[in-house]
Amino acid sequence: MSETTVRVAEGPALVLAGYDGEPLTSLAAYRAVGGYDQLQKARAQDPQAVIQELIESNLRGRGGAFFPTGRKASFIPTPDKIAKPIYITVNADESEPGTFKDREIMLKVPHRLIEGGLVAAHAIQSRHIYIYIRGEYSEEYEVLQAALDEAREAGLLGGVEIVIHRGAGAYICGEETALLESLEGKRGQPRSKPPFPAISGVYEAPTLINNVESITTIPPVLAIGPEDYAKIGAPPDSTGTRLFCLSGNVERPGVYEAPHGITVRHLVEDIGGGLPGDHRLKAVMMGGSSFPVMTPDDLDTPLDADSLGKKGYFIGSGVVTAIDERTCMVQFALRVAQFYMHESCGKCTPCRVGTRWLVQLLRAVEDGAAKESDFDLMIDVCDRIIGKCLCVLGDSAAMPVASCVTKFRDEFRAHLELGGCPFGADSQLAGLFAPVDQHAHTTVAQEAPV
Amino acid sequence: MTAFYDEVQELRARYPEGTRSAILPALRLAQERHGWLSRKALEEVADALDLTPAYCYSVASFYDMLYLDPVGAHTIEVCTNVCCGLVNAQAVLDAFERELGVGPGETTEDGAITLRAVECLGGCSTPTIVAVDHRYRQSVTPDDVPAIVQGLRDE
Repeated sequence: MSETTVRVAEGPALVLAGYDGEPLTSLAAYRAVGGYDQLQKARAQDPQAVIQELIESNLRGRGGAFFPTGRKASFIPTPDKIAKPIYITVNADESEPGTFKDREIMLKVPHRLIEGGLVAAHAIQSRHIYIYIRGEYSEEYEVLQAALDEAREAGLLGGVEIVIHRGAGAYICGEETALLESLEGKRGQPRSKPPFPAISGVYEAPTLINNVESITTIPPVLAIGPEDYAKIGAPPDSTGTRLFCLSGNVERPGVYEAPHGITVRHLVEDIGGGLPGDHRLKAVMMGGSSFPVMTPDDLDTPLDADSLGKKGYFIGSGVVTAIDERTCMVQFALRVAQFYMHESCGKCTPCRVGTRWLVQLLRAVEDGAAKESDFDLMIDVCDRIIGKCLCVLGDSAAMPVASCVTKFRDEFRAHLELGGCPFGADSQLAGLFAPVDQHAHTTVAQEAPV
Repeated sequence: MTAFYDEVQELRARYPEGTRSAILPALRLAQERHGWLSRKALEEVADALDLTPAYCYSVASFYDMLYLDPVGAHTIEVCTNVCCGLVNAQAVLDAFERELGVGPGETTEDGAITLRAVECLGGCSTPTIVAVDHRYRQSVTPDDVPAIVQGLRDE
């Protein structure tokens, strides 16, 4: 039962700096590679200067939204302007299908996450950090807690209180305002924005929310300096390295640190060793399951936000999942839609009902029971979800489904002509569909307008 | 006061006064003690946090890991999301079904083991990920299944 491959595929080593197969879980091991030096340096600086460095580096959020980390920090009011505590919440609720990097950060370089959090706390003058870790992560929680205890005993927290808060199984709690609700002890349902968390976050106080990888990248940014960091990758907008999550039908799946701007082909074929045997690439789940699928003709697209964006793709949480010719794309779309139906919090009608309709329509296509007009109906349902809810969970179902219906319409149509799935039990995803009905967050059954 | 009450007060102390933030840790703790969140367990949580059992139920019912029905002494959770699915998760789930004689969402007749199919567990490069009593096993194949089940039965 092998472990995840985690390595620096192409230099420079930043997030994984100093990690060479041996986890840097102890304080001594992390210190030996320069750990907590940046914290010391940052604490000697004016807080605003630290924020300025983050702005200059153009570090952007690694959780999916790619928002500039420094700018986000600059939105937080300074303590002299507000009579409330200022909070940091680290989003460790990693749940986007295909994403498994934050987990490896917590297992391999937990102190770098803590150091980054403490630097951020200095920058926005906060004394309270919550790390919201997904409930399923047991070992990750223990490793991180042990590192935190060691850092505390060594006097590194400097008056900042860090609490690791464990979730209890809900994808939506990775959405920042749902996370805040959950952290406040409620059902994890997103809030209406504005106000944004920087003004009114947890306990109605200013709150900075960042993904694990974003926070963990702060110490290396300071270590090499913002100017040099901004030259790495695909400047000006996609600077630095990131941890790419490579999975699916590839020879060498794993977490690979590499600069923004390497091509999808390079990641899949060179770093990942290509597809197994004679299998041919059919699609790439790009950025996560929440986004449009990539077709092989776009394989030479550089992995940076601008290049991907021009072709209608998203970098998301750095996911690249290779799907070969053995998979039925109707089944893929159905499995993805089922996930979002299951995870919809039920608050907004377009998402709660729309995801169910998509599942029903895709199920009908898969069974050969749909009609040609259902393809347009699915696109129509997607259009009626996108942008019409408090958060993007519904969009996250609609975008991949719409892309599959559009890009693989011939394959969808073949189901109608045959009166069933041309792949049948031979598809890699065959038969994976029933179980997700357990523990749905909402139990409202609504029939599709077919 | 009970030991559970005292433990929940410790959890409460981690968060600002007057907030409900301790509810998830308290529900998890109650579940560890009772195996699932029975009415009695929810009442204990409510008492310890000065909340109503109804509120505790409303929160608990949102989260997949909080069980509102009895479950087996052990749980086996198989990731069936896309990445594991592409690399044989279905065969792993089938093998557990055969070995245990129950389907996903069901518990063996002796009450020993509950089998569940779950969404992405975040171990996508080492499929299939199986959480055995909430501990990840990576790269599980159908051949590994009998030993995993036997290991739980021997405990």
